[in-house]
Amino acid sequence: MTILSPPTQARTADASEYNPKADSRAAKRARGIVFHAVSLALIAVVLYPALWMVSSAFKPSSEIIGNSSIWSSNFSFDNFVTAMGGIGGVSTAQFFANSVVLALASVIGTVLSATVSAYAFARIKFPGRSIFFGMMIATLLLPFHVVIIPQYIVFQQLGLVDTYIPLLIGKFLAADAFFVFLMVQFMRNLPRELDEAAIIDGAGHVRIFCSIMLPLMKPALISSSIFAFIWSWNDFLGPLLYLNSPEKYPLPLALRLFVDQTQSSDYGAMIAMSVLALLPVLVFFLIFQRYIVEGVSTQGLKG
Amino acid sequence: MTQTLTRHSGAPAAAPPARAPRRRGADTRAGYTFLLPWLLGFILLTVGPMLSSLYLSFTNYNLFEAPKWIGLENYTSLFQDERFLQSVGVTLGYVVFGTPLKLAAALAVALLLNAATRGQGFYRSAFYAPSLIGASVSIAIVWKAMFGDSGPVDQGLSFFGINLGGWVGNPSMTMPMMILLTVWQFGAPMVIFLAGLKQIPQELYEAASVDGAGRFRKFVNITFPMLSPVVFFNLLLETIHAFQIFASAYIISNGEGGPAGSTLFYTLYLYLRGFSDFRMGYASAMAWLLVIAVGVITLIFFRTSKSWVHYSGDAK
Repeated sequence: MTILSPPTQARTADASEYNPKADSRAAKRARGIVFHAVSLALIAVVLYPALWMVSSAFKPSSEIIGNSSIWSSNFSFDNFVTAMGGIGGVSTAQFFANSVVLALASVIGTVLSATVSAYAFARIKFPGRSIFFGMMIATLLLPFHVVIIPQYIVFQQLGLVDTYIPLLIGKFLAADAFFVFLMVQFMRNLPRELDEAAIIDGAGHVRIFCSIMLPLMKPALISSSIFAFIWSWNDFLGPLLYLNSPEKYPLPLALRLFVDQTQSSDYGAMIAMSVLALLPVLVFFLIFQRYIVEGVSTQGLKG
Repeated sequence: MTQTLTRHSGAPAAAPPARAPRRRGADTRAGYTFLLPWLLGFILLTVGPMLSSLYLSFTNYNLFEAPKWIGLENYTSLFQDERFLQSVGVTLGYVVFGTPLKLAAALAVALLLNAATRGQGFYRSAFYAPSLIGASVSIAIVWKAMFGDSGPVDQGLSFFGINLGGWVGNPSMTMPMMILLTVWQFGAPMVIFLAGLKQIPQELYEAASVDGAGRFRKFVNITFPMLSPVVFFNLLLETIHAFQIFASAYIISNGEGGPAGSTLFYTLYLYLRGFSDFRMGYASAMAWLLVIAVGVITLIFFRTSKSWVHYSGDAK
């Protein structure tokens, strides 16, 4: 991860460095306490919706609405039992499995296609490279709504609606420029001497890519995999457009179906299902938060 | 691969001037081979669809009969379509108020965290969490419950004697609710601000201290100018991002944009026109107007950025 993060070593000292003479130890400590108090209060506000969601999932529906408290005396797993029962004759386990299949395929497709394409942009000189690179950057800003209608028409005419192909093909063709861009930025920071030495040793681009780049790119591969997974997991518009049969639905679409059919009568089950749908994202976040947060911060720099 | 090529041509492999052009040929082939996935995707999934969407925007097309050329009719009728105009208003309101608020929150918290000696990693992650889940259907459902009639937000406000009777069903309160949802996700730009703040050389602050500059002067004269490329990046990205809000609007309004069209976001209306009414040409015209709007905004940002974005040699 050290390579991914910008050179930050220059700054290790704290804010008190600004005016060293005026600072006593006590003042420093007081400032530390104020800082932590303010930050923790802010975190309490920011994380309240998430905490409320998790706690509500364990409360009876009657206690959810009209109750802003996180605590309850009636915690139970009843809502989860209802939520796991599924909707429209399909079990929630099935929706989970669908989401997992889609997310894993997305990760494989995205990482493969983005690394290979990024290698061309970052390490090979060929005519047209800078034009294509500019176009790739432009697609980062392009609203994707401009392509969804023709894409839908084509997939519909090919009889591919209600399959996973329309949802996955873009992942295998590096359609999400964010990942290509991330990989290019990362590769550019790897020392060129490595390729040059390999070329002298007679290695071609395939060898350089497989045995030099890929092993060094582990942090970028991990970040990209996590993002590809989470974005696919949370994607709503794609499945909404392309999937018709409930037994193929991933969780976000199942969740919508659930909300439509239960309406606001069973808030408890609805929120329990929302928690279930977010569970992998939350778990991923807890495990990989360093990679996730640093992956984002590099994106903004060195552009 | 290079060696084989060199041998075929019979030139001495070691001679650099003779070797360079041949390497270039091999590199071109390798370059396009490696670029193939992206290139295919770009042609088949971006350029091709964009061209056909442009064509469709001048036609009447319902997916079942052949597209019928109608010239600019879609575009002209859009501007007489009250729901379209409403969706433009809703989206602009969201972008104009939501994005600056979100960035202000992001910058304020980044400045706060940047002064931290300990626990910065923890705070950074905790504030970032909403950005990861904020656009999901789950959070949209939670938001709807939280801001609904006698939901926890209503309860909390009634403690202060404020009675709104729920935000979700109240057309004048749905926009503040949606804006709160986007501001809540300030963690992503905040993380980028923090990374930018760390790149500002400390010597600048020390020199300013020697000159007797206070906190405010330091912010105005050092922090903001040094950070301006990152501010620009965040502003551009968040603005474009805000134009494309969909899932939360869809869920919170039951896919209809209600109440009274107050959550009829542009992309939601585009979706309804295209995929509920099957007016593909009309929706394509909408999509192209969005592209034009985003393009114009990007251009304006880049043009005006020259006066306030500061690019120095070492802080990129």
